[in-house]
Amino acid sequence: MIRFLLRRTVSTVLVLLAMSAVIYVVFFAAPHDPAVLVCGKGCDGARLAVVRHKLGTDLPVWEQYWQFLHGLVAGRSFDSGTDLTRCAAPCLGYSFQTDQPVLQMVTQRIPVDLSLTVGAMVIWLVLGVGTGLLSALRRGRLAERALTALTLAGMSTPVFLIGLMLVMLFCAYLQWMPFPSFVPFTDDPGQWAANLVLPWLSLALIMSAAYARMTRSSLLETLAEDHIRTNRAYGLSERRIVFGHALRGALVPVVTMLAIDVGQILGGAMLTESVFGFDGLGRLLVNSVNQIDLPVVVGVTLFAGFFIVIANAVADVLYALADPRVSVA
Amino acid sequence: MKLLEVADLRVAFDGVAAVDGLSFDLGAGESLGLVGESGSGKSTVALALLGLHRGSGAEVTGAVRVDGTDVLAATEAGLRALRGARAAMVFQDPLSALDPYWAIGDQIAEVHRVHTGSSRRAAHERAVQVLDRVGIPDAARRAKSHPHEFSGGMRQRALIAMALACSPKLLIADEPTTALDVTVQAQILDLLHELRAEDGMALLLVTHDLGVVAGNTDRVLVMRDGRAVERGEVAEVLGAPREPYTRELLAAVPRLDSPRERPDGPKDVLLSVTDLHRHYPAPAGGTAGWRGLLGARAKLRAVDGVSLDIRRGETLGVVGESGSGKSTLGRLLVRLAEPTSGEIRFEGEDLARASERRLRPLRRDLQMVFQDPVSSLNPRRTIGESVADPLRVHGRSGQQLKAEVGELLDRVGLRPDWYQRYPHELSGGQRQRVGIARALALRPKLIVCDEPVSALDVTTQAQVIRLLADLQAEFGLTLVFIAHDLAVVRQVSDRVAVLRHGRIVELGTVDEVYESPQHPYTRGLLAAVPVLDPAEADSRRAARAELRGRERAAALTA
Repeated sequence: MIRFLLRRTVSTVLVLLAMSAVIYVVFFAAPHDPAVLVCGKGCDGARLAVVRHKLGTDLPVWEQYWQFLHGLVAGRSFDSGTDLTRCAAPCLGYSFQTDQPVLQMVTQRIPVDLSLTVGAMVIWLVLGVGTGLLSALRRGRLAERALTALTLAGMSTPVFLIGLMLVMLFCAYLQWMPFPSFVPFTDDPGQWAANLVLPWLSLALIMSAAYARMTRSSLLETLAEDHIRTNRAYGLSERRIVFGHALRGALVPVVTMLAIDVGQILGGAMLTESVFGFDGLGRLLVNSVNQIDLPVVVGVTLFAGFFIVIANAVADVLYALADPRVSVA
Repeated sequence: MKLLEVADLRVAFDGVAAVDGLSFDLGAGESLGLVGESGSGKSTVALALLGLHRGSGAEVTGAVRVDGTDVLAATEAGLRALRGARAAMVFQDPLSALDPYWAIGDQIAEVHRVHTGSSRRAAHERAVQVLDRVGIPDAARRAKSHPHEFSGGMRQRALIAMALACSPKLLIADEPTTALDVTVQAQILDLLHELRAEDGMALLLVTHDLGVVAGNTDRVLVMRDGRAVERGEVAEVLGAPREPYTRELLAAVPRLDSPRERPDGPKDVLLSVTDLHRHYPAPAGGTAGWRGLLGARAKLRAVDGVSLDIRRGETLGVVGESGSGKSTLGRLLVRLAEPTSGEIRFEGEDLARASERRLRPLRRDLQMVFQDPVSSLNPRRTIGESVADPLRVHGRSGQQLKAEVGELLDRVGLRPDWYQRYPHELSGGQRQRVGIARALALRPKLIVCDEPVSALDVTTQAQVIRLLADLQAEFGLTLVFIAHDLAVVRQVSDRVAVLRHGRIVELGTVDEVYESPQHPYTRGLLAAVPVLDPAEADSRRAARAELRGRERAAALTA
């Protein structure tokens, strides 16, 4: 286990390094000069040079990258000679367009995506796995058909459509709930949940069909295995067979898929955030790409990558815990 | 009323009858062997006895009565009360027949709890008790193991233990030893015999192997195409079969006492192997701590210092149990695997050190026939294409290629116009013929056959062996015949190498090795081979029991 964690940590760091390097190169090749944007209107050549010097964009790309890495460990200061901006370690960069350290911008938005993901995950798991179970075991019954239709419709409808329709129905016509706006859990858990119900639902509807299908096919596959025949031949009831023996094996691929999905959504659910006007990582990324706010883009991408790598490691551990034949070492 | 009564049983899948009007019965404590080749419907019968065809879409008619329960009419609850409690089934493939996620003891305990309503603790105690009963050493501790931590023989024992959990009156064993080595097979059969003698269970033994039936059941029923062909006392049916089909089956069974007549003179050496090694890193988990982290790993010596000569035109048999390294050795001989060290000299060239470029022209002389003809043929290509591949590589094309493939198919007993057929359209034996045609395509000097007949029925087995012998005579082939079945090896080989833990423990002519085996391991292997004469089987069983007793006594005094 220790060996596994050690190896995973090393590979995580390597992946993140490679990712950041690639992003640096890509944005360096882009035909925009961030200094021009920072400098603003009526900027003359001399002023621009000063800004460039402060941002460090006058340096070659590898040196910029090195400063970035150095800043992560030791913090960094941006000095144009006349004014000085400090960015304490771990410095993920500094957004001069918004005048904030990137780390602060990112960490401010993490609770939004965390709330969104966790709540939606619970709903799509219940809906998806439940539908999958029903369609494997009670094929053709009314409840199964209704749920399958619902999840399929959910998957094939874009989130901006579902989201808008939900808001129109529940907030505008019926007026059952407020127009969603993010309330931190620590401020008021009740309001937190009430405001998140609609975003949760629309995100979960998109995800659940995939889980229903995965659960269904995986369970049917497991039920066709020889050891299930052994269970039947020894007089176990179907309920015992499904819940005691088949489900455990059937859910292993579902859990793997879940870990990866959660990792991905934690790194930003752009459409859902945009529809409901939530200020999460996804919108931050879109905005900063539009404004060519390079430090923020690098910061958000690194975080998103970090979530995915962590989620994969979690999936591996869960896999090993579920299946005695697999060892994480 | 008998314990088991089957009358006019018919099982049909999509209107095609797999079992067609079969009747038999079995009294308490009796034993019956149900024998047939694959497709004869014998396993279908076994499943029907416990009503396991329900929900599968099979159409079951007739009457099946097990210990007073009318299986075809019983409710689900009534069937569940029968299954595992009064009639228990031992399945064939012990790895896939156990739940990989559950500890073995827990799986057995669950069966006991379901049927007796016993407490967790009592059920667990029962599980340990039956595991101990089937000879699992240190049963209390091993009950916590998962199936993958058991060897094949131990898994089969665990399945038998599960069957014993509720002390059933009837034990249905479906090919309980087919996946096992002969020594392990003998142990399992001895165990079944002992359990029957002590607990008075009735036994229905389903198998394709007449030798397995001979020593282990009182009566036998031979099946073909879903019908009974012949039935009676084992000694009678096997000793003096009345039906032609039974005689055919018996004649096809390879026997230890049937040497083949071959003129042998001095032959020159075609391929010579000196101190050959092939090591693999041991499976993960065998190492721990910081050394493991740095990549220092234990080694698995699959082939561990083998030296032998293969003479031109002979057949060298290689026998050994699973894990003895015989398949690895076969792959090394044709350089499909790379040796760790040692020398393989073929026509003046050291294959062990030759580069891939140097090897390529030699590859046409060295061919291989694989065990599983299903997975060694590409399912998406026609058999003609598969046979044509090696010819194409060596520059044949167009009409000439087609004609040559046709000739090859014809030579191995397939119709030349089957070029366009796919592997799934053929039977197992036909697929193996395709494999042989492919190996033969380039007129090689040496063919290594790795378990070429172990997936086949006895009659098909006999045909394929005959084909190989004919081809050998016709083309002057040299064969290396790898098999775990000692009787088959005796039938085909001139000389035999007995392999154990990657080393040759005995090497000699067939007569030397089979008539006067020098190594105790060879003697043990030979003693474990099932024989067709029930009386002989009994005396061998006694001899094995005595040997085990002596070993145990020796272990105690040591």
